[in-house]
Amino acid sequence: MTHLTMSLVEIATPILERHKRDHTRLLQILHDIQDELDYISPETMEYLAHELEIPITQVQSVVEFYSFFHSKPHGKFRILFSDNITDRMLGNKDLFDHMLNRLHLTPDTVSEDGLVSVGMTSCTGMCDQGPALLINNMPITHLTPRRIDEICDLVKSGLPVNHWPSHYFKVDNNIRRADELLATAYNMGDAIKAAVAKGAQSMLDEMKRSNLRGRGGAGFTTGVKWELCRNAPSDERFIVCNADEGEPGTFKDRVLLQSFAGHVFEGMTIAGFTTGAKQGFVYLRAEYKYLVKSLQIFLDNMRAAGFLGKNILGIEGFDFDIDIHLGAGAYVCGEETALIESLEGKAGRPRIRPPFPVTCGYKNKPTVVNNVETLCKVTEIARRGGAWYEGRGTRQSTGTKLLSVSGDCARPGIYEFPFGVRISDVLEECGAKDVIAVQISGAAGVCLAPHEFHHRIAFEDVPTAGSFMIFGKDRDMFDVALNFAEFFAHESCGFCSPCRIGTSLVKDMMEKIAAGRGTKYEINEIQRLRDQMKNFAHCGLGQTAGNAICDCITKFRPAFDKHLSSRDFLPAFDLELSLARSREVTHRDDADAHLGAK
Amino acid sequence: MSEIANTFTLDGQIVHFTPGQTILEAALEAGLYIPHLCFNPELKPHGSCKLCTVIVNGRSGSACTIKAMPGQEVQSSTPELDGRRRLQLQMIFVEGNHFCPGCEKSGNCKLQAVAYDLEMLNPHFPHFFPERPIDASHPDVMIDFNRCILCEQCVQTSRDVDGKNIFALAGRGMKSHLIINSPSGKLGDTDFALTDKAAHVCPVGAILEKRVGYAKPIGERIYDEKTIREQVAADAEGGL
Repeated sequence: MTHLTMSLVEIATPILERHKRDHTRLLQILHDIQDELDYISPETMEYLAHELEIPITQVQSVVEFYSFFHSKPHGKFRILFSDNITDRMLGNKDLFDHMLNRLHLTPDTVSEDGLVSVGMTSCTGMCDQGPALLINNMPITHLTPRRIDEICDLVKSGLPVNHWPSHYFKVDNNIRRADELLATAYNMGDAIKAAVAKGAQSMLDEMKRSNLRGRGGAGFTTGVKWELCRNAPSDERFIVCNADEGEPGTFKDRVLLQSFAGHVFEGMTIAGFTTGAKQGFVYLRAEYKYLVKSLQIFLDNMRAAGFLGKNILGIEGFDFDIDIHLGAGAYVCGEETALIESLEGKAGRPRIRPPFPVTCGYKNKPTVVNNVETLCKVTEIARRGGAWYEGRGTRQSTGTKLLSVSGDCARPGIYEFPFGVRISDVLEECGAKDVIAVQISGAAGVCLAPHEFHHRIAFEDVPTAGSFMIFGKDRDMFDVALNFAEFFAHESCGFCSPCRIGTSLVKDMMEKIAAGRGTKYEINEIQRLRDQMKNFAHCGLGQTAGNAICDCITKFRPAFDKHLSSRDFLPAFDLELSLARSREVTHRDDADAHLGAK
Repeated sequence: MSEIANTFTLDGQIVHFTPGQTILEAALEAGLYIPHLCFNPELKPHGSCKLCTVIVNGRSGSACTIKAMPGQEVQSSTPELDGRRRLQLQMIFVEGNHFCPGCEKSGNCKLQAVAYDLEMLNPHFPHFFPERPIDASHPDVMIDFNRCILCEQCVQTSRDVDGKNIFALAGRGMKSHLIINSPSGKLGDTDFALTDKAAHVCPVGAILEKRVGYAKPIGERIYDEKTIREQVAADAEGGL
């Protein structure tokens, strides 16, 4: 055995032991290994496959699927700029270029000394305090040229990130409007005790009475979901908290996990009590890895106080515990069946439904997957009852809703409103002026123009998972659409052909328009591809991938028209441009080296 | 009380089914053709190519994964759906490098046959022209990844029928690709054999037997004799 493999064994063995050599924990193992070795080499993959008794292809498949795993060296410092449209509006591209210049780097290339690489990543959930970046999975917000200079100096000093001054990693909550969820004082165990006092059946009845609907966007009735899981015949059940908050422009779950984790964990425990599940998982997006330590401490405190573990509250057989699983940079894992695949240590490709997770989920056992915010709402219902809960909001959308407000407004942050609030009222409250558009529910949502601002946030009107991005009068809505097109092409899982190929075709056409080579032909083609994905794609990602872009085309056509060529059609292939490389190689730039007059 | 008949309608035609069958299985058994590509009756439905998308009681879904239920009204051969299927085929063609005239599978290829059947006359979109080196490391079988449509029939067959687990998919989005279960990633370094069932399931020309070139001449091949639609009807007849 070579020296290198010896050190691999030495490093990997304790990690494998810590994860009990359980291959369903493959993502967690890869995170830990990568923290030690910077990247997952083919040799490491082979070793892990052997130790976990799985095919090497499974390890390779996982490493290649997730953006945050690397099969090649990516530097001691890996810097990723958040590239949501809100980051772009705050000037992330200039800061990105500034950093590349300071470090003498090109994008996604490791410096010659192996110290650092700099790239872009999808929205990191810091839109209210952007532009933001992640450095070795630690967030730095409020970026300015000066901050970038400081970061560059720290990187060059080689000081490990965990020794950097802590003020760099400060993440604000920015709670601007608090209602039932954010304004109520938390007492550990109150909600669990209230649920136990009711009994499992009664708690379920209260849940159904409350008409609480899932906050992840789809709006399925939570009580019904729990009941289906509880009634599904099985020896084992699971509760999963979907904390893979990847929708561009949303960050409310980050705030809930950072400052209201007790609500989330108690909601999960109540779900366990009600359905008979004994094990819960929090599936946390890797962008929020910085929260893991505080969440673990919170869980330990709950265990010490007897609110988690065996015989909770001294009740024989009421066992429930919670484990935290990290994702690794894949938006599609917000889809519940893709999330479950990921939880099982695989690439996050959505399953065929039915069967639904409530009957056949994690390890093919009945599984409830609930959003972070939904689980917080459960504690309100436990404490105050379903009838009370039903009294807030609208008939079909009960209770309050957290909105993640970002973009062009005076006070970006978290706003808790009862369902039914008008979009214009939200804009008023956050201090947004001269608004030309609001993108509701992220890249997969809808883009609304001013004549639609009288609509209400509710499942029966404008449903949302929480993202609320505001665009002022100086914004080019074409840039917004281009950002979404790039996002979906990057995040399509690749399973079904309509989404895999469609998102890339749409992106290429949008880039062609951006380059000044697009015509009305491309506009029509994009709309045709949107229809194709909407009707043929396998999961919600593909079905919604073209929506926001087409909304922009319909409602902000002048923004597109100004990029279009007046010709009927221009080929994507630019012969003149394609000769650039030849000119470079031959050191020629005379007239004969060009096609026609430039 | 009268028994509810196990039938549904496909484009107005009554189709009998056995409970547990999918719409596609029942249709094929009745000799009715719904275009499909990634489906193989001997394997679990994959549901990735989406060519078999039909409208069931007003909602679209894959005929290969939706269970047949009494009284369903299924639309398949409508101008709208066939138009979408044609578009989907064009998308699949431009994604890979499919050069039918030089492909040994031509005439036996399902992708080509479905494209002929649906009258896909051109690829329409700009080609992606991906770079995908072939794997000729195995003594008896070669893999031309340029033609792979990611249907995972080889993945499933090798794992579930041959018990070898030779193949898998890796990557994401347009970077998705077929990988081989060996440290070198080469087929030659696995225990894959020509006698494996997985060596013979590829619906396109991605997995081919070496040293067999046009043993049956073009013009006399499966889909030269009959269109894929006629072939399905003939297979159903033969099965009766």
